[in-house]
Amino acid sequence: MSTAEAAIGDRTAAHEHVDHDIPFIRKYVFSTDHKTIAKQFMFMSLFFLVVGGLLAMMMRWQLGYPSQPMPGGAILPETMAPGGILLPEFYNSLVTMHGTIMIFFAIMPLLVGFFGNLLIPLQVGAPDMAFPRLNMASFWLAFPAGLLMLASFLVEGGAAGAGWTSYAPLSASGEYTGVYLGQQLWLVSLTILGFSSLAGAVNYITTVINWRAPGMTWFRLPLATWSLFITSILILLAIPILAGALIMLLFDQTIGTTFFLPAGGGEPLLWQHLFWFFGHPEVYILILPAMGIASDLIANGARKPIFGYHAMVLAIIGIAFLGWIVWGHHMFQSGMNPMLGTTFMVSTMFIAVPSAIKTFNWLGTLWGGDIHFTTPVLHGLAFVSMFIIGGLSGIFMASTPVDIYIHDTYFIVAHIHYVLFGGSLFAIFGGITFWFPKLFGTIMNERWGKIHWVLTMIFYNLVFFPMHSIGLQGHMRRLYDPTQYEYLEPLQPMNVFITISAFLLIAVQLIFVVNFFHSIWKGKKAGPNPWNANSLEWTVPSPPPHGNFATVPVVYRGPYEYSSPESDEDFLLQTTPPRDQQQPEPHATPAPEGA
Amino acid sequence: MSWMLPESFSTFGGDIDRIYYIILWITGIAFFLSEGILVYFLFRYRHKEGRKAKYVHGNTRAEIVWTAGTALIVFIVGMLSIGVWSRVRTQLPQDAMEVIVSAKQFEWNVTYPGQDGVIGTEDDFTKRNEVHAVVDRPIIAYLRAEDVIHSFFLPDLRVKQDAVPGMETPVWFEATETGEYVVGCAELCGLGHYRMAGTLTVHTAADYQAWEQAEIQAAGQ
Amino acid sequence: MTTDAMALERGYMPGMRVYNLKLGMWVFLLSEVMFFTGLIGSYIILRFAHPTQFAEPGVVLNVPLTAFNTFVLICSSVTMVKAYAAIATGDQKGLKIWLLATIALGTFFVGIQVFEYIALAQHGFVPMASAYAAEGGALYGSTFYTMTGFHGTHVTIGVLCLWFVLWRAWKGAYSADSLGGVEIVGLYWHFVDLVWIILFTIVYLI
Repeated sequence: MSTAEAAIGDRTAAHEHVDHDIPFIRKYVFSTDHKTIAKQFMFMSLFFLVVGGLLAMMMRWQLGYPSQPMPGGAILPETMAPGGILLPEFYNSLVTMHGTIMIFFAIMPLLVGFFGNLLIPLQVGAPDMAFPRLNMASFWLAFPAGLLMLASFLVEGGAAGAGWTSYAPLSASGEYTGVYLGQQLWLVSLTILGFSSLAGAVNYITTVINWRAPGMTWFRLPLATWSLFITSILILLAIPILAGALIMLLFDQTIGTTFFLPAGGGEPLLWQHLFWFFGHPEVYILILPAMGIASDLIANGARKPIFGYHAMVLAIIGIAFLGWIVWGHHMFQSGMNPMLGTTFMVSTMFIAVPSAIKTFNWLGTLWGGDIHFTTPVLHGLAFVSMFIIGGLSGIFMASTPVDIYIHDTYFIVAHIHYVLFGGSLFAIFGGITFWFPKLFGTIMNERWGKIHWVLTMIFYNLVFFPMHSIGLQGHMRRLYDPTQYEYLEPLQPMNVFITISAFLLIAVQLIFVVNFFHSIWKGKKAGPNPWNANSLEWTVPSPPPHGNFATVPVVYRGPYEYSSPESDEDFLLQTTPPRDQQQPEPHATPAPEGA
Repeated sequence: MSWMLPESFSTFGGDIDRIYYIILWITGIAFFLSEGILVYFLFRYRHKEGRKAKYVHGNTRAEIVWTAGTALIVFIVGMLSIGVWSRVRTQLPQDAMEVIVSAKQFEWNVTYPGQDGVIGTEDDFTKRNEVHAVVDRPIIAYLRAEDVIHSFFLPDLRVKQDAVPGMETPVWFEATETGEYVVGCAELCGLGHYRMAGTLTVHTAADYQAWEQAEIQAAGQ
Repeated sequence: MTTDAMALERGYMPGMRVYNLKLGMWVFLLSEVMFFTGLIGSYIILRFAHPTQFAEPGVVLNVPLTAFNTFVLICSSVTMVKAYAAIATGDQKGLKIWLLATIALGTFFVGIQVFEYIALAQHGFVPMASAYAAEGGALYGSTFYTMTGFHGTHVTIGVLCLWFVLWRAWKGAYSADSLGGVEIVGLYWHFVDLVWIILFTIVYLI
């Protein structure tokens, strides 16, 4: 054994030794193990996902039954819902916080904080992240940021109420919304979260570049890692822009600067440019990891290599790159120079192309496959089918003249939710189910997983598909009481339908919650590779020990060599040596008589 | 649950709607094709005893074809849209009526030119939440905002433009039928955003004259 | 042996011939580029959109003093390079001396900036309104203080990091084979200097 091998061996042994001896606080609370940090992000984000969902339920109540007392509304204070009837200002806060919490404290930390932390070191073959303590800091910045965001509900004036997009001047001065401290806490919370995201991005980028196992060339990385790597670059470059904007807005609110206040010579449109220059890459941050996860799930389900792996990588890079030059499509009607509308429309049209390429490649992966409909695969398929709808609906709004009509209507809301829920969230459900063994050593219940999937698919579509229609009839966004517009009154039955479907949708999520927690303790024990997959995380025990790999893995091939002629099985681990390099199997010693 | 648009009542409404329907056709076909293929594959290639998946890594020619195809389609949609956008946004009509629409929390204040027919003079008069126009005659509304961003939305005429404080943004339209239409606010502007409804009344030329005279009289008193 | 060296020997495939800490610092600095781009870009946009809100540099700001301050900061980059060069040849004493010099110059820079802020504030030039009414409006103060203030904050953080590195140097943590900490704080310091040169040019000279 070389000295280096001994050194690595020592290090692993030392870790194990340390593993038994470190106090609870160091092992589970202030942990530097990426798998523990992943779990922390997961639990935090799932909690916020529930909070975001409950906020949406309150919104849906008001939309379905405007100004009627909400069941359970009596527990809300007078400042939010006197007599259980939601106030308009509280409704605006609900709208704002639903979006903010879902995007920043649920989806983003699930995809990036949770899956990034769990998968990257395992899939590249590293013992941990490049900077484990920075990783710990990343979680311990995100969590307080989330608490601060929740706390803003309790301050005088309530939580931020200017939309998750926080347009100035509405957001720049409390006199316009009645919200003072709440808006400031919103800004501070997101700034702190920004630091968390940046720390994560630095870690992920360095780890993927420098900690790939021997033989793990760039084009042997699973698409989940590829997508997380590219996403991290987007985070690295986009979050600082948001930070600058948040700080400028905070200064406008608190110390009297006038960046976005026309009264002091400022420019409201500057906020929009800054916000969307961040905001558009942000939406790709929210979808790319989901695409990567979906790829891993679908290839696994179809028992086939990913169709067009190189094209898939190029498409991820293409989406990320083009994502920087389309931000103005959120501002077509903003009053900015119409010429810019034309240029942004053209760039926006083209960003449809790499997304389409990916969709065709997923179909190509299924073609000629041997498709096993496990729960993770079902979620991956849901991702593709729902993303098709969300992506196609985007083409309508990409066309500037059509956007004149549908901008700021429920058509946009439908689009957003098809890509974020139909896309990202289904991929998240699928990913949690798929990698559950690596988290807890057990496997989630298949039957209940499928039941959850079917019911979610049904109710989810019942909630969001009709939103295309009411948007096309002219139903605007963020309306406390649509019935104040006479022409929207005929759409009320549809609002009621959507509301009831939404209640059923969230109720059905209980199945997932129960399955999740039940499976942690009572689930069937899982071996290292219950799904017969190929990437490195499936070569180690479920869950992997501290340090992940007992010996440094050596990689011989890509991660999608399903049904390869080189293997007797329909899968072939990345670390299995090629036939000509394999050691002959040792002869099994016969069992003693009578044993 | 309809993908049809409600009827439009402006000159460029038809153009906008046409682009919408073209996109609807294209995306509709794409939707049924792709989802159809997806469902078909799931059925055709579902796991069966003895089935072996094709060990295929891709097909470069297919990639090129569907990439080029998609790019061509979106390019066409873009090109079709540019003309309409330009007509609606950058080409203000000559010989149009002019009004100033000043949005504030939570109402629309519309200023009319008054007797001298020129906007911005002493004899202008202002109405709350009432936009008046003449059928088959273009009108330019100069949008302003006193406090926060609002958005001037005339769904039936396919008009939408943000009113931004510190800016004056012209938006024009030409109504094709007399009648009363809704004016709405399409940008979150505070707690009263939901009740910023107004009315657009499209008159015949004669009716408009009569209305205008009555208003001028009333304003003079 | 550092984990990087171990990883290399075991065949891990570093994508760049740069050890982890250094790669991490470069990546982080990329994000800082974007941050200052956002602030400076906003300033440029606002300046073009509302030129009357801004005064010519020399009218409100003390350009000669700040020019001298710029020189001070550039000198501190030189001393930082000397510190790195010292430890690269194993010169522990040189390392400490040049680190101390860098800290001193950096602190001096921040001090001058604080002095400048106080002087400006006394004349009524504050982040919100401008008493120099004829020479600009609220936007001028808003942008000036935000940009230079955040830069100053970065310098201050840099000085604190330098103190930390100096303390570690005192404990003998660095050698010719193990100078990552010095190198990355140096990278950060040079970056902060570069941002200042750009900022000084845009705010004080143009």
